Amino acid sequence: MTVLTQGHAVTDEARNRRFGPLYSRNARAVIGRGLMATKSSNWMVMLSGFFEPVLFLISMGVGMGAVVGNVSGPGGQEISYAAYIAPALLAVSAMNGAVYDSTWNVFFKMNFAKLYQGMLYTSLGPVDVAIGEIILALLRGLLYATGFTAVMGLMGLITTPWALLMIPASVLIAFGFASFGMGITSFMKTFQQMDWVNFIMLPMFLFSATFYPLSVYPEYIQWLIQAMPLWHGVELLRQISAASFTPATAIHVGYYLVMIVLGLMLTTGRLRSLFLK
Amino acid sequence: MTEPSPRMPAARPATAVSADSTTVGRTLRAHPPEVSAARARRWGAFYYAEQVLRVMKGYGWSIFLYSVGQPAAYLFAMGVGLATLVDTNAVSAFGGVSYIAFIAPALLVSAAVMTAGTEFTFPVMDGFKWRRVYYGPHASPLTPEQIAAGQIIAVTLRFLLQSVIYFVIVALFGASPSGWGWGSVLVATLAGLSFGLPLMAYAASIKEDKGQFAMVMRFIVMPLFLFSGTFFPLDTLPVLVRWIGWISPIWHGTELGRVMTFGYEESPVLTIIHVVFLLALAWFGWVLTKRQFVRRMGQ
Amino acid sequence: MPAHETGPEKHKAPAAPQYVITAENLTKTYGDVIAVDGISFSVPAGESFGLLGPNGAGKSTTMKMIGGVSQRTSGNLTIMGLDPEQNGPEVRAHLGVVPQQDNLDEELKVRDNLLVYGRYFGLPMSYLKPKADELLEFAQLTDKAKSKVDALSGGMKRRLTIARSLINEPRILLLDEPTTGLDPQARHILWDRLFRLKEQGVTLILTTHYMDEAEQLCDRLIVVDKGRIMAEGSPAALIRDYSTREVLELRFGSERNASIGAELEGIGERLETLPDRVLIYTHDGEAALEEVSGRGLRPLTSLVRRSSLEDVFLRLTGRSLVD
Repeated sequence: MTVLTQGHAVTDEARNRRFGPLYSRNARAVIGRGLMATKSSNWMVMLSGFFEPVLFLISMGVGMGAVVGNVSGPGGQEISYAAYIAPALLAVSAMNGAVYDSTWNVFFKMNFAKLYQGMLYTSLGPVDVAIGEIILALLRGLLYATGFTAVMGLMGLITTPWALLMIPASVLIAFGFASFGMGITSFMKTFQQMDWVNFIMLPMFLFSATFYPLSVYPEYIQWLIQAMPLWHGVELLRQISAASFTPATAIHVGYYLVMIVLGLMLTTGRLRSLFLK
Repeated sequence: MTEPSPRMPAARPATAVSADSTTVGRTLRAHPPEVSAARARRWGAFYYAEQVLRVMKGYGWSIFLYSVGQPAAYLFAMGVGLATLVDTNAVSAFGGVSYIAFIAPALLVSAAVMTAGTEFTFPVMDGFKWRRVYYGPHASPLTPEQIAAGQIIAVTLRFLLQSVIYFVIVALFGASPSGWGWGSVLVATLAGLSFGLPLMAYAASIKEDKGQFAMVMRFIVMPLFLFSGTFFPLDTLPVLVRWIGWISPIWHGTELGRVMTFGYEESPVLTIIHVVFLLALAWFGWVLTKRQFVRRMGQ
Repeated sequence: MPAHETGPEKHKAPAAPQYVITAENLTKTYGDVIAVDGISFSVPAGESFGLLGPNGAGKSTTMKMIGGVSQRTSGNLTIMGLDPEQNGPEVRAHLGVVPQQDNLDEELKVRDNLLVYGRYFGLPMSYLKPKADELLEFAQLTDKAKSKVDALSGGMKRRLTIARSLINEPRILLLDEPTTGLDPQARHILWDRLFRLKEQGVTLILTTHYMDEAEQLCDRLIVVDKGRIMAEGSPAALIRDYSTREVLELRFGSERNASIGAELEGIGERLETLPDRVLIYTHDGEAALEEVSGRGLRPLTSLVRRSSLEDVFLRLTGRSLVD
């Protein structure tokens, strides 16, 4: 019978805790399940996420680079086209990975696999699930970022030890997108609505100074792009790759910190209204 | 969602579903089975195409926006933005035309191939496994070949529609100087089929979803897109990866499209090779698909 | 009027029955597995014919072969005089098929599912539109006409599948486990609909592993187990031939059921010991129960009931049908 009374004690403790039933401080269980699922899933699919930016780097950096020649880098110095786009591709890949994990993946698990319903019948709360999924996404992002940076090194595109900071910085970028993505996904009901995510991602990818400097645009379009998150990510990584830090660096980092806080607030608020009606 | 209350059968008017189907005032008769069978033998593929198109209509708005938005975004970003880097440094590398005119047919063809990457994969899996939609028509007079053909007809129409929209936008950007430019619509459709039909055969052979389609997108479609002379001439790539272009429907389609849109100068033999390659691959894919559909549905 | 569209047998001149389906030595193997092992049967027009058996008995495979969507390994099969492998489209044009798993198009609305399906038979829209409304009425789905399929309950989906199978006014309807997975109320609605079709002279071929369903719907049935026919006849005849009039069910508790058999020896005609109960087959259940009490045995519960097809199956295979 002690088991039962202990159970009550745990329940009471949960009631008095901050976020009470929303959060049981057990995101570890969600992460553990995620890692276990990864182990039994197709490793090639995992790996393939790493290849996409590398293929872009080889194609655009080498093929296009032969046509374009050198361009001016973040500090005004001449750099190869490959060195110019590599940090941008890393930022794009951090965004893509985080958005995929926090939107499509979460949407599927929520609406089709009914995975979360099962989890929420246990003592886990929605915040445990959210934190667990975000951390899983970041772990994966960390893996990809490390791999991509290694490829950059092999291609001779890394010229300063500061460039290693690109790895934590791209995790920061992923965190920003993941925390927002999950909040937005909670509004989605159908696959068609999920398509809208792509409609936002594609122009962001193409226009955020990924392949050419912002200066080609008229000023008002420049302002619009500078308001978008991906541009800050691209600029941040580009500055780090050349160890060319300016006050703008702090703005880029700050942008993501604010994005993470707002995103988490949105997600928690949404989970609260979805699950604690 | 509740069941309707069980209404007493006796309290309801005799339903008009009777075999003779004669209700008061009118006669509703299906034509005899012989007629059904004869019509299905003749038109079956189109009957199934109609079904696929009706389903597509459900997300027609997405298709339309995607068909307009994607070309506009790519043409503007690459054809206008990236062009500023390219044109200042290397003027004559692109067959003597502007950079946007150089990449426009490549983007048109790539878009069709990418659409093939989704339309010939997930719906096929849906047909055989997820929601088993092929097995409904399979119990009707339609044959497995006709179901496959119907799906292909519907997707071909989508390729055509999407490519027409794409071409109009290319033309609005002034990126199709030749009067034969519209031919690139047919080229893109052919390229979509040439890549899509072998893929459809593969999709029809998959028994269990282990993320194969994500792999196809990342390990096949993406490399083909990036190494098929889309954004720069294939010759600028090292020989080590140039072969990807030679076996790529995107490259053959792109080169053919360039001949159409700006009279790209290449040897006529090469032009014939492009056409033959694309047709052969599409035909090969169709034969495999047919065999796979018949085999899988006859089990 | 085509020759096959004649009324029920009894209105006809006393001639040899017209078989709409004949199967001889029908066999289907998947690799080493023999799914259907040489079964033969014939179904006259207008009959309601059942294939009764547990999961994996080969019922669905037989149905697929009849529908011309699965190739037989050997044997002969004709539907309306045609071989479904040679004349697939012609055979399927005669049939309405309700598969075991619903395969409705969930991306289309309820009514559109009927229209689209009718197109597969080359039927014109001028026929299909009023027909679809009629069938929705028949399936009690009129108010769901504009809903998406995935918003329907299991019973509604099943009724829609049946409505869909009727779009070409088939004279033969194949129903593979029509009510599996439905709640009792939904099953009764469905049975009522099938009854009406039977009254209208439609030949029903159905598989089931539910005794009550077979007894309700079938004029004649074959009991199938491990791909072979174990018995054939009307439900009443099967019960008469393979069971007694009544059955006494006794429960002595899970520990004693197995050992009590010896003490019950001689009561009734036959004794079956199951893990959870003991069955005594007898003409007079009450008398048997008195005899049990007379021997000083005190069962926890006792029940006298009529024999059912379940008992026939138990007798034929030594196993119970469900579970």
